[in-house]
Amino acid sequence: MSGRIHPALVVFGAIVFIFLVAPLFIIVGASVSDTPYLAFPPRGLTLQWFWNIFAIEAFRSTAITSLQLAVLGTSLSLIIGIPAAYALNRYRVELPKWLSTVYVLPILVPEIVFGFSLMKSVSVGLGTPIFLSLLIGHALLVLPYSVRVVSASLASFDFSVEEAAISLGCPPLKTFFTVLLPNIRSGVIAAFILAFITSVNDVSISVFLTGPGISTLPIQILAYMQQFFDPTIASVSVLLMIVTVAVMGVVEATLGLTFLAK
Amino acid sequence: MTVSLEINSITAHYGTTKVLENLSLLVKAGELVSLLGASGCGKTTTLRLVAGFLTPTSGTIALGGKDLTRLPAYRRDIGLVFQNYALFPHLSVRDNVAFGLKQRGIAGVERSMKADDMLARVGLSALGARFPSELSGGQKQRVALARALVIEPPLLMFDEPLSNLDAKLRVDMRVEIRQLQRANGTTSVYVTHDQEEAFSISDRVAIMHQGRIMQFDTPEELYQRPANAFVARFVGFENLIPMKVVARKGEVATAQAPGGVTLDFPQRRFGAVPDDFVLATRADGLAVSADPASAGIPCRLGLRTYLGRAYQYQCETEAGHLIANGSLAEPLASGSAARLVPVPEQCCVLKPE
Repeated sequence: MSGRIHPALVVFGAIVFIFLVAPLFIIVGASVSDTPYLAFPPRGLTLQWFWNIFAIEAFRSTAITSLQLAVLGTSLSLIIGIPAAYALNRYRVELPKWLSTVYVLPILVPEIVFGFSLMKSVSVGLGTPIFLSLLIGHALLVLPYSVRVVSASLASFDFSVEEAAISLGCPPLKTFFTVLLPNIRSGVIAAFILAFITSVNDVSISVFLTGPGISTLPIQILAYMQQFFDPTIASVSVLLMIVTVAVMGVVEATLGLTFLAK
Repeated sequence: MTVSLEINSITAHYGTTKVLENLSLLVKAGELVSLLGASGCGKTTTLRLVAGFLTPTSGTIALGGKDLTRLPAYRRDIGLVFQNYALFPHLSVRDNVAFGLKQRGIAGVERSMKADDMLARVGLSALGARFPSELSGGQKQRVALARALVIEPPLLMFDEPLSNLDAKLRVDMRVEIRQLQRANGTTSVYVTHDQEEAFSISDRVAIMHQGRIMQFDTPEELYQRPANAFVARFVGFENLIPMKVVARKGEVATAQAPGGVTLDFPQRRFGAVPDDFVLATRADGLAVSADPASAGIPCRLGLRTYLGRAYQYQCETEAGHLIANGSLAEPLASGSAARLVPVPEQCCVLKPE
């Protein structure tokens, strides 16, 4: 295996890479086009569509809602998900097998069905305010990621370490925070990022739960596209990419991204 | 401060399965007691009950006269050494050792001094800044030992601490553990399935089976005078021959082995024998004699193997399959007839199971 790579592999790899990256290039190009419609290659060069995003109140308010939902929903899912993942791993033998499946249901059930049933049971059934309904929906949507990813890092955790701490005089709850959490930190951060991105991207659940005055950014993008076909949509997409890259950059700088591969 | 550990009539269940039944054990102050048995015998359960990770269904546990039974594990002050070391992966070696001191509110400077002292005692002074993932198995176990000892616990417990180490290191480490334990005079409980390890390290050993203690004695007693057939088999008595007394004449009891042969058991050599008993011997306890007139169990010799100090024979007798050692001076051919003569000093008379 000393550096000899089959030419077909190079070609195949290149094709995959192009398919992954090319659409992003097209969007970046379209976002700066000086035309009132999406055009690639771009004609002229302008940043007016970027300014347009900030000029349109609906983009601003939905972006804020989306961020709030992502931060709060993801945090909520971790508050539920970390203890759940802990129990599922710690008491793997004692707990029934189907229990871990319950936490993946939001992924297994078609999102559209999940969204609809949430609307019927939460928004309509309980009459909860729109933002709260959205928050519950997003927290449930990303819960599987929290449980799964944290579980994965707990799977390699030796629980006798916890007993060692307790035997040395550390109470169980303090052990959880001072011994267990530091050892699954990378899993928790990975879960947060995955859940955060899933929440920000979500359409199918949010669409059932939004209501008058409150919407999320992806829903707003869809709504905008139905009326207008100017490059504002492309510039929103570029902006979202920049935010994602920035988040990854911060994570890379503080932790290193290697943990995502773990 | 050395204290005794008293376990009084403990019964424990996992769900509805009873894993310990009415178990009592007294570990004297400063003593090292091993719990020895196959997996599932209840030895680890006993240790976990004392540590406070399990709660007994009934019975009490007291350390130095203080009842521990309902005390949460983190307040029991027991040093634990685990099979898989259980070091804190996110802490340096020094911080691992200092962890227990920190929980006790011992301030920074004193804490690091004590931790460093303890690291020096286990020969790891140079490795304080390393992380557990950078240590070998033996070094990890030393850190685990230092971490448990530094809090000066009144009781130290070991759960198969050497099972993950290679054979040579295992022998070195057990000597080291014993020396440290002796030097500190810490009352200790040591769980293992390795008989040699248990016998070499312990003041006394409790042999466990199916949630009960079969015999609790010094290694010498266990090895030479097992109290029952289970322990006899456990400590390597290969031959267990059921005997029935058919006649008593003065101080000599005559007993019959399966197959009809009778042997005499003078009281001055074998002690008083009950009417039904089991004659237990190791292979060394049956002398192979080619003389058909000797007072022994008739047999046909099977496979002969060379042990260095003797020949060992697989023997077919009417009392079943027996194993005996014969002298190097006269190797006997397999298939030939011989007699197996019990050597009184190496025989035990046991009650039937």
